Amino acid sequence: MKFAVLTFPGSSCDLDMFHAINDIVKADVECLWHTEVDLSLFDAVLIPTGAAYGDYLRPGALAKSSSVISQLQEFAASGKPVLGVGNGFQILVEAGLLPGAFLMNTSLKFRSGQAKLSVQNAETIFTSEYETGQEITLPFAHAYGNYYVDAETLAQLKDNKRIVFTYVDGNEDGSTDAIAGVLNEQGNVLGMMPLPERAVEAIIGGTDGLPLFQSILKNGSEQHVSQA
Amino acid sequence: MTKVNVYVTLRESVVDPQGIAAKEALQTLGFNEVQNVRIGKLIELELDGSAAAIEGRVTEMCEKLLINQVIEDYRFEIGEVAGQ
Repeated sequence: MKFAVLTFPGSSCDLDMFHAINDIVKADVECLWHTEVDLSLFDAVLIPTGAAYGDYLRPGALAKSSSVISQLQEFAASGKPVLGVGNGFQILVEAGLLPGAFLMNTSLKFRSGQAKLSVQNAETIFTSEYETGQEITLPFAHAYGNYYVDAETLAQLKDNKRIVFTYVDGNEDGSTDAIAGVLNEQGNVLGMMPLPERAVEAIIGGTDGLPLFQSILKNGSEQHVSQA
Repeated sequence: MTKVNVYVTLRESVVDPQGIAAKEALQTLGFNEVQNVRIGKLIELELDGSAAAIEGRVTEMCEKLLINQVIEDYRFEIGEVAGQ
């Protein structure tokens, strides 16, 4: 299984993502500049955090002018896994691959730290190595972490178990229903504001992010076996 | 050259934390008549092309990139042709 890490101008945590996959999860991974991409060569796409295009206009908005977005839409439609974390989540929302939008944190401040999360759905290709209801801790760092969906969309997300992670112990940035991570309708695109790639080694703040990557790897590999 | 001003506002249903903070600051300064503040943005475009096509093109620009319709509303004004 081969992972692609997409790098946009202003992406700043692409190497963190690369390190997590290459050195810890020990899977095949490449960092790709957004204009030099052939996604057909890959089995999963990871969109790292940072501030693509300087967060100008709205976080994630200008990234949708990149030529990679139409490839990404096709890739997602084919059912292969796409994960966006932090700014990567914002890009997926702006590109229309996930519902909702982002507002400034209610505190109007950039906030970072460790977020306690509840795994709301462990029956996804991204979370099968967790248990539903499990509490995990992941780092976060964002100014636009206030995820917004309208009431109708929220009801759809709930009905289809598409809310994958929620904040426990306060929802200080103001996200609708304390949502920290959501899935698309097909179940193969996940966006989350907390940063699992920063929690893959005990020496730098825990390993609660590791099962997420192991889930993708395991489910992706099984899919390959079943298709063989 | 035609100038177009696009006014972007947050939808009524969306809470505006900046607006709330500005309202409280205005009230602190003694402007007690302030009941509500909503903060939006102004995008100024300068365009080539025929005036007839502008409305449709600007609508497309707004819907494809400039506006996020999940949280924002917009309206625009097509201004005087400058420099003639």
